[in-house]
Amino acid sequence: MSDLRFRNEVATPHEVAAIDAALPADARGRRDLLLPALHAANDLMGWVSPGALNHICRSLNVAPADAYAVATFYDLLSVDELPPVVAMRCVDLACRIVAVPAVAPEGMHVIESPCLGLCERAPAIAIRSAGEVPSLMLVAEPEVPVQIRGPLSARIGVLDPASLDAYRTSGGFETLATARVNGPAWISDQVDTAGLMGRGGAAFPTARKWRAVLGQTVSQHYVVANADESEPGTFKDRIVMEGDPFSVIEAVALACLAAGADHAFIYLRGEYAVANERLQNAIDSSTSAGLLGELRIEIRRGAGAYICGEETAIFNSIEGFRGEPRSKPPFPVEVGLFGKPTAVNNIETLVAALAICRGDGVSTKLFCLSGHVARPGMYEVPVGTTLGEIITMSGAEHSDVQAVLMGGSAGAFATPAEFATPLTAEGMRSINATLGSGVVMVLDHSVNMADFAGRIAEFFQHESCGQCVPCRVGTVRQVELLSVGDRALLKEVDQVMTDSSICGLGQTAASAIRSAIAKGLL
Amino acid sequence: MVGLATVFGAGGGTSSYAEVETANVIIMWGSNAREAHPIFFHHVLKAINNGAQLFTIDPRRTTTAAFGEHLQLHVGTDIALAYAIGREIIVNELDNAAFINSATTGFAEYREAAMEWTLEKASAETGVDASLISDLAHAYAGADRAQLCWTLGITEHHNAVDNVVSLINLALLTGHVGRHGSGLSPLRGQNNVQGGGDMGAIPNRFVGFQDILDPEIRAKFETAYGRDIMPEYGWHLTQMFEAMDRGDLRAAYVIGENPAQSEADVAHTRHLLTNLDHLVVQDIFLTKTAELADVVLPAAAAWCESAGTVTNSERRVQRVRKAVDSPGEARDDMWIILEMARLMGAEWNYGGWPHDRSAPVEIVAEAVWDELRPLSPMHHGMSYERIANEGGLQWPCPSDTELGPTFLHGRLWATNADERGRPAPFSVVQHELPVDECTSEYPIRLTTGRRLDSYNTGVQSASFASPLRFGETIDVHPADAAALGVVAGDMARVSSRRGAVEAPVRLDEGLRPGLAFMTFHFPEQVDVNLITIEAADPRSGTSEFKATAVRIEKVLVSV
Amino acid sequence: MSEFNISIDGMDVAMESGQTILAGCSSQGIDTPTLCYGDTLTPKNACRVCMVELEGSRVLVPACSRKAEPGMVIHTESDRVNQSRKMVLELLGSSVDMSQTDHFEEWCDRYDAHPERLISPDAHTRVYEDPKLDNDLYGRDYSKCILCYKCVDACGEQWQNTFAISVAGRGFKSRISVEFDAPMTDSACVYCGNCVAVCPTGALTPMTEYHMRKVGTFAPERQTETTTVCPYCGVGCNLTLHVQDNEIFKVTSPSDHSVTHGNLCIKGRFGFSHVSINRRGNLPVD
Repeated sequence: MSDLRFRNEVATPHEVAAIDAALPADARGRRDLLLPALHAANDLMGWVSPGALNHICRSLNVAPADAYAVATFYDLLSVDELPPVVAMRCVDLACRIVAVPAVAPEGMHVIESPCLGLCERAPAIAIRSAGEVPSLMLVAEPEVPVQIRGPLSARIGVLDPASLDAYRTSGGFETLATARVNGPAWISDQVDTAGLMGRGGAAFPTARKWRAVLGQTVSQHYVVANADESEPGTFKDRIVMEGDPFSVIEAVALACLAAGADHAFIYLRGEYAVANERLQNAIDSSTSAGLLGELRIEIRRGAGAYICGEETAIFNSIEGFRGEPRSKPPFPVEVGLFGKPTAVNNIETLVAALAICRGDGVSTKLFCLSGHVARPGMYEVPVGTTLGEIITMSGAEHSDVQAVLMGGSAGAFATPAEFATPLTAEGMRSINATLGSGVVMVLDHSVNMADFAGRIAEFFQHESCGQCVPCRVGTVRQVELLSVGDRALLKEVDQVMTDSSICGLGQTAASAIRSAIAKGLL
Repeated sequence: MVGLATVFGAGGGTSSYAEVETANVIIMWGSNAREAHPIFFHHVLKAINNGAQLFTIDPRRTTTAAFGEHLQLHVGTDIALAYAIGREIIVNELDNAAFINSATTGFAEYREAAMEWTLEKASAETGVDASLISDLAHAYAGADRAQLCWTLGITEHHNAVDNVVSLINLALLTGHVGRHGSGLSPLRGQNNVQGGGDMGAIPNRFVGFQDILDPEIRAKFETAYGRDIMPEYGWHLTQMFEAMDRGDLRAAYVIGENPAQSEADVAHTRHLLTNLDHLVVQDIFLTKTAELADVVLPAAAAWCESAGTVTNSERRVQRVRKAVDSPGEARDDMWIILEMARLMGAEWNYGGWPHDRSAPVEIVAEAVWDELRPLSPMHHGMSYERIANEGGLQWPCPSDTELGPTFLHGRLWATNADERGRPAPFSVVQHELPVDECTSEYPIRLTTGRRLDSYNTGVQSASFASPLRFGETIDVHPADAAALGVVAGDMARVSSRRGAVEAPVRLDEGLRPGLAFMTFHFPEQVDVNLITIEAADPRSGTSEFKATAVRIEKVLVSV
Repeated sequence: MSEFNISIDGMDVAMESGQTILAGCSSQGIDTPTLCYGDTLTPKNACRVCMVELEGSRVLVPACSRKAEPGMVIHTESDRVNQSRKMVLELLGSSVDMSQTDHFEEWCDRYDAHPERLISPDAHTRVYEDPKLDNDLYGRDYSKCILCYKCVDACGEQWQNTFAISVAGRGFKSRISVEFDAPMTDSACVYCGNCVAVCPTGALTPMTEYHMRKVGTFAPERQTETTTVCPYCGVGCNLTLHVQDNEIFKVTSPSDHSVTHGNLCIKGRFGFSHVSINRRGNLPVD
């Protein structure tokens, strides 16, 4: 309780109804409902009006300045009036290097957007329509099937993603049942033995995380499924969630069991409308069927901020604060979401853990092939496949390749001379690259590397949360120095970003550019 | 101060601000600290953010009340409410029987008096939901550490001392006094209310609360001062005005006070001041009171043009220092008094004053202070140097080297009866409604109070450019406004049995129908104290500013 | 409270659990530059000027907020640390006006920082905004703001609990703002000025000081600071009166005082003009 001062602007009855519908009856004091409430207003009108913001603040007892601060943090939310229909045109890497750019319908308000996660269907535009039934329509190349299948992608495009029965008939929820019998230690032992490392980019041993959370004496634990896939070039989690949502839910339940959590959040990238619908259906039908027991799984939509994929920024975003990373230590396994021990796992990691407990091992990994390849899409290939092999599979001639961006904007470049390198963490380390989130973006000789690197720099400038000086100012200086070509000063700026930024965003904002310079691509 | 002194023997808040931060339950009774004592409220906020529960007891839903549970009682029903809380604690056996047995007296009588105040009866009398009364009783009695804080909502009543002791009863009942984190905290309205009393600027005590009628103490002071001292109590402010009325008091010397605007029923006050044979006013401004004076002595501003000490609501004695020279012929209060004494034939000398007016005021102030320290045991250990080094010192401070506990009356918890000393008595008091009765002719209860950016009659606060200030208003509940046919901004006439003023209407849903509110910050614009009642508590001398019966009418402005 | 040792620049330093590396540095007389650190606030560790090298850590760590742990080996003067501090100072100095920031020039000298390397009108972006002078008590010049969050924290849960301001926008476009970038007078602000008190760069200044600086009469060599007690109410807040030419122009409170922790209310911080000679012209003189 507090003596907050609210504003006088009044929401329209439509806005009130939309916001109220998004909030439970006991919403007062629930700061964590701020983002869902802002979404509700934004979805209805295409922007958050002062009246709507005021109604949200009164409903939740949040200070207007705080709500405004949160609303202005996210690309998908606007506090300035926008037309109800806008085209978000992807200007990021994969869509930038196509021969013919995508064109928005004539007369439509166009917003330039960072990577939409549709790189295999580039070039992409998402048309967002506000209203009672908001929608997101894509202007992109046709949906492509999984190019190479494996245990993690076996059901995608095969089973009806909306059917619980189909999932159960294929053996779904049997693994969870087994795990319930065998207990949390068994899950972590299986996952540990298989050597599963996180596949969101940081490659931390998954079992170690779960054991650490399980061992905390505080009673409330959380699992956060990180589905904020925003690394340019990455789209594998979207394909998994859209094509096999029940596996994702079963995998989340398995992680909760391993970490001793009875409440999980799936933090889903705001633009992933199809995944949102299918995951919610999967949660609802699994819950109704009693398959989740007491477990609560909630989807929280992101709102257009790459930084929210950072494992502590994601907490702030869910809690209704600006998506700024927190200082570590303390680490999430001790002090995480709502201050409680929390395991944050990427979607691929979760389904890989499910596959391990199912007995399918962890012999494969998902890769996102995009750029100048004949068959862009998701490739599930055995661990140890070489970079050259996967590029061959994708139908690209090695001689046409100028460079390959590995791991996305925060990753590094590989050159054709390095194609014999296996796609493993060690392999990538040996060529000063990274697997990151599985991005393999192939660039042919038509790509202007200065322009490409410039876009990477702009991406980080756009996505820096602004909290710490090295990243807030450094990402701006990186863009400027790259454009004027002052390599010496650029190197100094890159170093301070890498050494002294709070989180991984700033620490890796110079990686790709440094790599391009080191490998003679710039 | 009278209430606390009566029960415990010392008239000071029993806790410290830092202890408030550790409390589990905090009651703000008749106090809008968020606006009137904002930095004290910072300490309360620390506690709230640590999980403490706040209960605010106030006829208005103030910004303070917004931070917790609000018991919106009718003006002047505090004693009924306190009894009901006490009864609820007793009948649920939540009282601290061990403490009551060892450290208090008069419980049986108190218990009997409280028994008539059932939740139902108290709810009907006070207007507070029975469940809220019960919640507060359970929370307060069940807390490990609880603070009971009050301000002028308790003391600006004709039965102020009864109000105070009825709150003290609750602390005795639950043992929430004399322990770290548990205590009674009256918040002083002015920066040296506590210090003024401590220094003997009250009619019945020497410095350090030493009774004038105690022969041993009187002898000590007679020896120190080299004078005989009359063994009789003086008059407090209200008694002085009564004496003026009777013609027994015919001359007054007013230092830094503006009774011509600040007293209740101020027209009567002005009449009394005007009729004096001789009035001397010493102030930093030509106040309304000064305008009535025969002699005006322009003074230095005590807080920044002089030196000395003041004592705050947690009994912390702190140094006041000179930062700027006073303007024109304004002189330091101490110099004026010394010079007056010299003209009367007393050759006093403190640090060179009054003879050498160029002597530094800090030296003079320290000389005065050092005269006092040997005479006042509770100030004995407070050298100027030590006060400066420690960021102020809390009394009692008898030792030159050690600091005592930050709370008072820990003795009450001693196992040894001798150490425990005089037990603290429960007080049996009667609930009485305010003197100025609401009738059909004067149906609205007007209460007065402060706003965040202003202070008393505005002498000090009116000149800075506060963006929050909007002048005097008559605040009413929207339902009353509708019934009266007024909207926000309309001029309204507010009449009491003593006079009438006019002010613009302001709507406040934090009031309840039948209750109106005004400040007294803008007497030049609206002389609110023309309508307040000077019914005063006979012991404390404080008037019932909090309860005036008024009639509100729309003023028809002719075009 | 357990006690242990850490190593700072080769010296064994005794620490208590909960203490920061900065506290350890201070105990050894090592002067660490800080901006977003304030002794009454939880450090946001956003400015990154206090970074030190911790052996075994991939990146540098903020001294102001990193808690000491047994066996830590810290370097505060390594090339890596010096280079980081130099660059942070250059990034700051190149993006905002640091001219009113205490110690900034001294630190630039110490770390050989030359912000002008990153300042050029055509190539490098700076924060520039007209000062926001929307109330009579304090002004906001965000061209001087380094986004240390201290004002936001002082206004919010750590002290004032008014929540009038926050950080709006993202990245380099982030600004301290009230909702909808409204004027202060249309916000929840209660003018306690506790934000002004903690601002390290002069982005927030009392209007009295702002005007003196603007017209060029601000003269630190003619100024005194005297601590006394507030004349309003009985809480007993200590006031430090900043005086130039016998006029109070600013009021602060000692941050280490148990009553205020450096905080004041509108009356204490801004209600001083009544003692000005100009306001007391009606005093009789003999």
